[in-house]
Amino acid sequence: MPNLLMLFGIISILTTAGIVAILLAESSGFFREISFIDFITGTKWTPLFADPQFGVLPLIMGTFLVTIIASIIALPIGLFSAIYLSEYAPTKLRAILKPVLEILAGIPTIVYGFFALTFVTPLIKTFIPQLGQFNALSAGIVVGIMIVPMISSLSEDAMMAVPRSLRDAAYALGSTKLEVAYKVVVPAALSGIVASFVLGLSRAVGETMIVTLAAGALPNMSLNPLQSVQTLTAYIVAVSGGDTQHGSVEYLTIYAVGITLFAITLTMNLFARYISRKFREEY
Amino acid sequence: MLLNSPQDQARVKRRRRKNQLFHFIFFVSTFFGVVALAILLLQILIQGFSWLDWQFLTSFSSRKPELSGIKVAMVGTIWMMSVTAPLTFIIGVSTAIYLEEYARDTWFSRLIQVNIANLAGVPSIVFGLLGLTVFVRLFGLGNSILAGALTMTLLVLPIIIVASQEAIRGVPMSLRHASFALGANRWQTIVRVVLPSSFPGILTGSILSMSRAIGETAPLIVVGAVAYIAFLPENLLSSFTVMPIQIYTWAGLPQKDFQNVAGAGIILLLIMLLSMNAIAIFLRNKYQKKH
Repeated sequence: MPNLLMLFGIISILTTAGIVAILLAESSGFFREISFIDFITGTKWTPLFADPQFGVLPLIMGTFLVTIIASIIALPIGLFSAIYLSEYAPTKLRAILKPVLEILAGIPTIVYGFFALTFVTPLIKTFIPQLGQFNALSAGIVVGIMIVPMISSLSEDAMMAVPRSLRDAAYALGSTKLEVAYKVVVPAALSGIVASFVLGLSRAVGETMIVTLAAGALPNMSLNPLQSVQTLTAYIVAVSGGDTQHGSVEYLTIYAVGITLFAITLTMNLFARYISRKFREEY
Repeated sequence: MLLNSPQDQARVKRRRRKNQLFHFIFFVSTFFGVVALAILLLQILIQGFSWLDWQFLTSFSSRKPELSGIKVAMVGTIWMMSVTAPLTFIIGVSTAIYLEEYARDTWFSRLIQVNIANLAGVPSIVFGLLGLTVFVRLFGLGNSILAGALTMTLLVLPIIIVASQEAIRGVPMSLRHASFALGANRWQTIVRVVLPSSFPGILTGSILSMSRAIGETAPLIVVGAVAYIAFLPENLLSSFTVMPIQIYTWAGLPQKDFQNVAGAGIILLLIMLLSMNAIAIFLRNKYQKKH
């Protein structure tokens, strides 16, 4: 029986191995045609044009623009609501708020994308008329809303792990709740908080449906949030939704873009794990 | 310590006021999520509710918004889940049992563990690339329900594994020892003691992973679930569409009315998912502090 169970366990390892193997194998086909240097430093991404250019930087810029906007929303709100839930909230209110945040975390990204397209964009447009139908701003804002529950719940876990005695000591010295929060609890839980930030941002980088629906499909080097951008993930959706010929260079681009995406998110996830291990305060 | 001097009292007052100010800011931040959820639900209800009728549930997709329905997508979702659910459950729970009850702390079991944590952080669209290459092309399954369901299984496995592991870890050692003392072997202990007592947690994890699978869109677009299908799937190798993909297609169409049709589809999707999640949260809270 243990052997059979172990076989099932191996499936998860095979999954990772499979992902790495197919990304490497198929993108190596791409890099035989296009030099890796041109790919990673090029500033034009026009694979479907008559004179195709394969510089991935516009897609990376688009991804980071959306991620930065999302982090402006999600990092403070996530952290503040974690502080509220762990330090301030009365037990009864907490028992209501936690499930609400969980529901927010359980809403599919396609719904958030629809929300960005049909509500947030028109809403912002009433204040900023030059906003495009597809733009990085509303996509970023909604991606931010999407990752708030994740950051909040991971940060709160880290804060709840700070021992009661540390707080009591600070209160005994006459601290206010705010002082306990930012002089004792947040510093003590900092590794977990930073890890939650990095994980949340890695989620934002890998987010697909919101940016596909709301940010559009225009690979763009500009950092203007009012314009349409294309992210790494949105490009993969755009190409695999169409009918590109299997084996063509355009088809292989989705693997080159995929391995770029995979490398970025994996680095962020490993970094988050490293921070939470290395800088954890043990009590 | 005396705090009687006017400066001291002013300082204490200032600190308290600062605390109150931030109390308010923290509270507003937390409510941001609640308000966002309320606006989102309200907005979608307004947009789609009047379009959600019997005709919508029982019609195929159409060029005309008023004739469009979600039947094919709903049947597609059910087909896909009827493969994904049992596969995920069997593989996920087996892996969790192996890691918690059998595996010693070797490099191998640690590799599986680290690997599962990392898989949970891989963007879903990358799983789509895996499914496209391995299931659709290498195994020759084509853009079929089976290819989509297998891709989805791999995607949600980490969720159910981690949840089941936590549930199994929560079973007190004393229960296992009691079972061993009665002469049960390891497998009998697992089947008759550990699994029954960790079942609520495992069930919660299963429901959450299923609701994730029902709501996922991106990997299935890559695997090639098609938007317009004029017939119901006949077997596991039929081409198919699922609810989120149908919604995505409607949302992208230029006619304004299709946005409302998409809204109706989202209401249906959310009713399914939110009731699943509510059951999961309820189960977890009910059985949380049993031991």
